[in-house]
Amino acid sequence: MSQPIRFYYRGEVQTVAYAAPTQTILQHVREDLHCTGTKEGCAEGDCGACTVVIGELKGDTVELKSVNSCIQFLPTLDGKALFTVEDLKQPDGELHPVQQAMVECHGSQCGFCTPGFVMSLWSLYLKQEDKPCAPQRKDIDDTLSGNLCRCTGYRPIIDAAHRMLELPKAQFDRDALATALQAIQRNDMLSYTHDGQSFHIPLTLEQLIRIRAEKPEATLLSGSTDIGLWVTKQMRNLGDIIYINQVKELQSLSGQDGMLDIGAAVSLTDAYAAVCQHYPQELSELWQRFASLPIRNAGTLGGNVANGSPIGDSAPWLIALGSDIVLNGPAGQRTMALEEFYLDYQKKDLRPGEFVQAVRVPLPQQNRHFRTYKLAKRFDQDISAVCAAFAITLDGEIVREARIAFGGMAATSRRAPKAEAALLGRAWNETALREAMQQLTQDYTPLTDMRASSDYRMKTAQNLLQRFWYETRTDAPLAPAAVNAFACA
Amino acid sequence: MNTQSEAFLQQQAATANWTEVGKQRPHESAVLHVLGEATYTDDIPEIQGTLHAALGLSHKAHARVHGMDLKEVKASIGVVAVYTAKDIPGTNDCGPIIHDDPILADGLVQYVGQPLFVVIADTHDNARRAARLAKVDYEELPAILTPQDARKAQSFVLPPMHLARGNCRQALERAPHKVKGELYVGGQEQFYLEGQISYAIPKEDRGMLVYCSTQHPSEMQHVVAHALGLHSHHVVVECRRMGGGFGGKESQSALWASAAAISAALLKRPVKLRADRDDDMMVTGKRHCFYYEYEVGYDDEGRIVAAKVEMVSRAGYSADLSGPVATRAVCHFDNAYYLSDVDIVAMCGKTNTQSNTAFRGFGGPQGAIAIEYVIDEIARNLGKDQLDVRKVNFYGRNDAEGRNVTQYGQKVVDNVIHELVAELETTSAYRQRREEVRAFNAASPVLKKGLAITPVKFGIAFNLTHLNQAGALVHVYVDGSVLVNHGGTEMGQGINTKVAQVVAHELGLDLSQVRVSATDTSKVANTSATAASTGADLNGKAAQDAARQIRDRLTAFAAQTFGVDASTISFADNKVYIDGNVEAFESLVRKAYNARVQLWSDGFYATPGLHWDAANMSGNPFFYFAYGAAVSEVVVDTLTGEWKLLRADALYDAGKSLNPAIDIGQVEGAFIQGMGWLTTEELWWNKAGKLMTHAPSTYKIPGISDCPEHFDVRLFNNRNVSDSIHRSKAVGEPPLLLPFSVFFAIRDAVASVGDYKVNPPLNAPATSEAILNAVEAVQAAQAVGA
Repeated sequence: MSQPIRFYYRGEVQTVAYAAPTQTILQHVREDLHCTGTKEGCAEGDCGACTVVIGELKGDTVELKSVNSCIQFLPTLDGKALFTVEDLKQPDGELHPVQQAMVECHGSQCGFCTPGFVMSLWSLYLKQEDKPCAPQRKDIDDTLSGNLCRCTGYRPIIDAAHRMLELPKAQFDRDALATALQAIQRNDMLSYTHDGQSFHIPLTLEQLIRIRAEKPEATLLSGSTDIGLWVTKQMRNLGDIIYINQVKELQSLSGQDGMLDIGAAVSLTDAYAAVCQHYPQELSELWQRFASLPIRNAGTLGGNVANGSPIGDSAPWLIALGSDIVLNGPAGQRTMALEEFYLDYQKKDLRPGEFVQAVRVPLPQQNRHFRTYKLAKRFDQDISAVCAAFAITLDGEIVREARIAFGGMAATSRRAPKAEAALLGRAWNETALREAMQQLTQDYTPLTDMRASSDYRMKTAQNLLQRFWYETRTDAPLAPAAVNAFACA
Repeated sequence: MNTQSEAFLQQQAATANWTEVGKQRPHESAVLHVLGEATYTDDIPEIQGTLHAALGLSHKAHARVHGMDLKEVKASIGVVAVYTAKDIPGTNDCGPIIHDDPILADGLVQYVGQPLFVVIADTHDNARRAARLAKVDYEELPAILTPQDARKAQSFVLPPMHLARGNCRQALERAPHKVKGELYVGGQEQFYLEGQISYAIPKEDRGMLVYCSTQHPSEMQHVVAHALGLHSHHVVVECRRMGGGFGGKESQSALWASAAAISAALLKRPVKLRADRDDDMMVTGKRHCFYYEYEVGYDDEGRIVAAKVEMVSRAGYSADLSGPVATRAVCHFDNAYYLSDVDIVAMCGKTNTQSNTAFRGFGGPQGAIAIEYVIDEIARNLGKDQLDVRKVNFYGRNDAEGRNVTQYGQKVVDNVIHELVAELETTSAYRQRREEVRAFNAASPVLKKGLAITPVKFGIAFNLTHLNQAGALVHVYVDGSVLVNHGGTEMGQGINTKVAQVVAHELGLDLSQVRVSATDTSKVANTSATAASTGADLNGKAAQDAARQIRDRLTAFAAQTFGVDASTISFADNKVYIDGNVEAFESLVRKAYNARVQLWSDGFYATPGLHWDAANMSGNPFFYFAYGAAVSEVVVDTLTGEWKLLRADALYDAGKSLNPAIDIGQVEGAFIQGMGWLTTEELWWNKAGKLMTHAPSTYKIPGISDCPEHFDVRLFNNRNVSDSIHRSKAVGEPPLLLPFSVFFAIRDAVASVGDYKVNPPLNAPATSEAILNAVEAVQAAQAVGA
């Protein structure tokens, strides 16, 4: 017997029993609820016109984050709160400070992207509630990295992000929301069915293993940032779906034995925040450039790794650091080096009924130098042409360990054994560098596509190794600001 | 004898300072935008029985279609009907000028993405799913994919154009120096955030109402009427607003409007056709890419003495607006420079790709960037600062100076480029920063900075004279509120705000008293496209004409009623001052109504003094010129080609601005948009002719981080010499040329690798890959030179 989906929207609990499990949140609000403030610009999570804010209980508190409603399936809202642009008008009918600031700063022209910007800015406004200092430009860029505007050139919207905090404050009652959400939490797995298609939300690892074994053909869904497009763009029928993000054990994030354990349901936002505490200099830029904030809020590191795309941005640095992947399934848990998980294009060492449970990231080690670099046409939200990661351990001048991994250079993210061999046991100097650069041509045969030519990929793979050497050479290393245009003022 | 009463003094004070134009008013829809309450076409509540359509697209670039098996399409869930070319009741054409644009391909497909059929279903999703199920029997034909190949094959959509002045060949032979080369500048997707959409609703007696996101309602009306085999009076097209247009909804909204209307007419039910983003980008045309070959002669100062250029655009499979785009490219090859002896050939290459169309600038940017590229090279060849070479080539200021007639024979009578550039040179500290950039580069092995200043001169008016007309309708209701309707369309540029300001100004009202309604072909007939930057110029004047007629009637009525001279009556502050009496506007209106005075009026405007001889490419096509300049500073990574805009300063001549806030917004938006065109926005077709960059995941318009930390845009203090609306100047397109400065700053940074002695071969878009290639070419040339 199917249970309806319940979520909190516009001051009340919405109960939905009739929607297709892959109906998107955007379709639901526009077509069924007739709230047309939220717009569709691309239906692939790349333009931000559909941005909404989702509220979710985390313990006793409510976490509010922006996501792209165009690629999120409605049942993922179960037990959560949805906020759209229609929610922001103040009880007295006045504009919310975010909206008022956008008007005052001339932040809208055609207005079509505006509701999405307003919702992203609102998520920043909420974050600023208990912060004493105004947001920096980088915080604003982060917040709006998933919102495209074709009219304004962004300057007035950046102004509005400052202005909104100067206006009289608007209150948001988190406690009331927490109470409302408490009332729609579940004690057991939700199994929602419609027209023969089911959508399961297990809450524990045990439930996940069981339903996975029962439905080995079901699609495992996490952040929906890729699978969403299978429906909106490829029009695929996903069959039964198991949504893993509510599994408690997969939400854990802990450090032990020199490793950081990141559960498969931990969002990219939270995962990168945790990793960047240990690798602030090395990973912060990649974090900022990894998709957009709404995508990072929805997507998970586990999903990014499990997806196994040859151009995913996490795998290269995870491999370079020697990370492990933890799998689980009917035959129990097993752990392997991430680099061994990827067999070939879209082929992974995953047995029937198995799923990714966690990723284990080694913490910094003495004398190990690590960097990761991303090349794409645009700084914000772009898929890499090349993503490079380098980790070398030095003993004095001598390279004791070298781990070089690239994305965008082969059918999977993988290491460069010949280039690594050219460095091992050698002094970390320009001669060794040049030889390793040369050896990269033996390690990879990259493709030409719309993101870059084969030539460019190879040349820059070599040149990024050179950048790494500039930054880590033992004599007179260069600061990032001297070798990276985005770090230069 | 009259004494100056208190009321008279009050009138003096109130009217002397009163103005509505020139104020920084927010966009008329700003509050609706931020609330999510602004209605776009897809937000209109659907009428019961509404169906949804999707297009079935060609998978081949060039092929004969021997048959289509549509059984599975028809059998798909929710499908109500499938229509092909043979079902079209009227003419199967939606071309704006030449009739070579079938709505649905009939036996021949000419690009990947060309619509073959339309499927109508109960939901948007079901229509899209069904559209993929067709089995098409193609016989492939050879395809031409690039403008260079089109030129080689002499494959054109229109005959080549030629403009010559003086004796270019002789001047080239005599020139002390020459520069010869080639350049490729890519196209650009409009990427309006709201995709193409039309919602057609059948009305009684074969009538059809089409809600359409379009810049050209009148043309949509005509195309729909032809497609249905009806007269124009059967069809009404309405557009309240667009979520962006940028030229992409000028002619190319026609396909969507006619396909929706045909379906609605055949089914006698409302049909909505909303393009998915990928379909939109696969089907519709973009900015034309151009390939150029040039040969230019110059003297020791860098002054151009002869300029010869052949340009060929990628027109796509049909003419669309490629002819007028090429004309504008020819008319803007001079940019801000006097070219005495010049020879320009422009060709519209027929290629098996989307039919390219209008995009902000409309060929103007493509014409001007070529001469800027040449000047950049001349300066480097002479070892001079680019700015100095630009200055010696500027048009003369007046007849005494001479050098003030364009290559097409129009005299430049409003030249402010000298003063404007001089001001920017100072405020941006250009010379000092030039030194700083050189010093930085000398000390930096990997990162190199670049700096460039580029000017803009842009002709305002449609090249084609008859398009320079507009109409408006102004209603004053008995309660004193005002409703304005005009032929322009609102796509974000703020035309409604400006027109409302003009009407409010005429009637002495607050802006809040004036409301602009949706553009509607049944209210104002035979309108021109909102294009060529002319929207506010034309429609502002037409609305002013209408408002003045009403004001004149009210004035005459007041003069008669109060027994005073009409010249003593003025309108300001929501009041009418009548020689010592003050009457609320609303109250005078009420009295006038009771006295049976007509309180509404039409208005009309035709831009004076224009003519254009298309055969000889000469005449006075432009009402005036708008000017501007920008300085950009970038840093380039010579290992990867990555780059960042560090600072941009721009100065723009909006004449006496109608609304400085809106104008600054237009300049900034155009700057970033033009920067995208020249840098990150790459259209990439695979070998089979399929566009692979057809969504925001693969096609990268500028994002938030691309807006520079230091971005200083100002308006130049000026007043239009021509009698434009309140002496303002247009602002839509000209600022799109300002980010040339970004492109040439990148080229400058790359040139530093060769100590500024080698001209980097840099094509647009200057993607990181193109930049790295240019860096390596300079390094290779250096190695050969050394």
